[in-house]
Amino acid sequence: MSTTWSTGTKEKNMGKVYLDHSAANPVDKRVLESMLPWLSDNCGNPSSLYEQGRAAAAAIDAARKQVAGLINASPEEIIFTSCGTESNNFALRGLALANQKKGKHIITSAIEHFSVLHPLKTLEKEGFKITQVPVDNNGVIKLDEMKKAMTSETILISVTHASNEIGSIEPIEQIVKIARENNVLVHADAVQAAGVIPVDVQKLGVDALSLAANQFYGPKGIAALYLRKGTRILPLLEGGVQEGGRRAGTENVAGIVGMGKAAERAKAGMDDRIAYLKRIQQRILDGLKAKVPTFHLTGHPEQRLPNHVSGCVEFIEGESMSMFLDMEGISASTGSACVSKALKASHVLLAIGVAREMVNGSIVFSHGKDTSEQDIDHLLEKFPPIVERLQAMSPLKRTKG
Amino acid sequence: MAEGYSNKVMEHFRNPHNVGEMKDPDGTGHVGNPVCGDIMEMYIKVKDNIITDVKFKTFGCGAAIATSSMMTDLVKGKTIEEALKISNRAVVDALEGLPPRKLHCSVLAEDALKGAINDHLLKTTGKGLQGWKPRDEHDLEHGH
Repeated sequence: MSTTWSTGTKEKNMGKVYLDHSAANPVDKRVLESMLPWLSDNCGNPSSLYEQGRAAAAAIDAARKQVAGLINASPEEIIFTSCGTESNNFALRGLALANQKKGKHIITSAIEHFSVLHPLKTLEKEGFKITQVPVDNNGVIKLDEMKKAMTSETILISVTHASNEIGSIEPIEQIVKIARENNVLVHADAVQAAGVIPVDVQKLGVDALSLAANQFYGPKGIAALYLRKGTRILPLLEGGVQEGGRRAGTENVAGIVGMGKAAERAKAGMDDRIAYLKRIQQRILDGLKAKVPTFHLTGHPEQRLPNHVSGCVEFIEGESMSMFLDMEGISASTGSACVSKALKASHVLLAIGVAREMVNGSIVFSHGKDTSEQDIDHLLEKFPPIVERLQAMSPLKRTKG
Repeated sequence: MAEGYSNKVMEHFRNPHNVGEMKDPDGTGHVGNPVCGDIMEMYIKVKDNIITDVKFKTFGCGAAIATSSMMTDLVKGKTIEEALKISNRAVVDALEGLPPRKLHCSVLAEDALKGAINDHLLKTTGKGLQGWKPRDEHDLEHGH
């Protein structure tokens, strides 16, 4: 990989293989450098009229252009928020409440993130009707079901661009087409996709789109909502004129500058990076196929994020797998009920038809631009014996003979 | 470490004691946890009312594996009556505690053992463990 992308974290994490890039990413070194002045000497509040304030405001303007550039939007269509969850909450509540006179029906899918599902549950309590459209076994939203779900009351469709749990990329353009015929707004949760694969809001045709900086090597605590020009929204946070009055609160200047820099860098190197990510992805897939026959890929086999391999392993449970991997210096996450706060099986895996007895055996390997082939070889050396050991312990797998 | 597990839990998770199947067990307990989907099996050998050997197989998280392992340690060599007195709380204490959300795993271990004893009594006396049936979801002690 291009050495200019070095995060400087490799040296510190010698012997560690980090395969949870869907959850969090290191901050790129150049991004960090761009942020530092705004955390120390440049202390101005962007709303202040004197020089330091104007400098901060100018830095935000520049970052807004960079973020807009990543998704082919206009700078004034970018609203900075504190995280992907806020962007999703903002889009759903803000668009629902601003359009409720037209109708109170919202359509979403069965595989959304909780930051979409929970605000929708709240809206449901407040009198909105929510329809969850099913997905096929590859996790792709069923378009005919989406069409059927439309009513004269429908005002908004909110769908994930790509799922963090199964990596499948959704047919956003086709969904927008259905929405347009019915004069319905579309919000896409592109937190996992933006900065990783090309996301072009003009091509997609969406009205709103969530993206988060950390997914493309920017800092945590900064994200954005793209909102198409002329789209009405009600703010979640009130009390100031920041972000055009749509998101009050003193701006996270350093974070915004960092997100801008990260967006610029993500866009510049995207094609090469995707090619590299795909190569690593294939190495994981081939290795698992050869060495762990009880691993079954979840999500779409081709139409998926290039940095994502997810699956379920027969007879064993995800937390145990994840803990044994951790002991080998490998970080990977699971959607097992045992690690969920509610101790519930993953709604995403159930929605794609994973059998009940397999659903808690989920494991996700999500790699990044700095993941090396040696890292994957380490995984492929350590993972099979872990699986065998846990299977030997499992009452679901009977000893042969 | 994951979930804030104690060192003792990690020790038993890393190297669980008495794992595996048993040939011709004198009693087998099989319990499934409706809360999170964990499954546990416990097998015992009984001679002169003493549990001379015990083994387990578990499908579940770190806590489920560690509680199974600890339970087998605690019951080995005990009389049936002594073994029946070992509560899920005793297993948790021996493990130096469990995160509140994982307490239900220890209930599973207690139930698996009682299931095995029940099976043994059924086979030898024709009568099962008095007044015992596996707890259902609503009785399980799990934190929120």
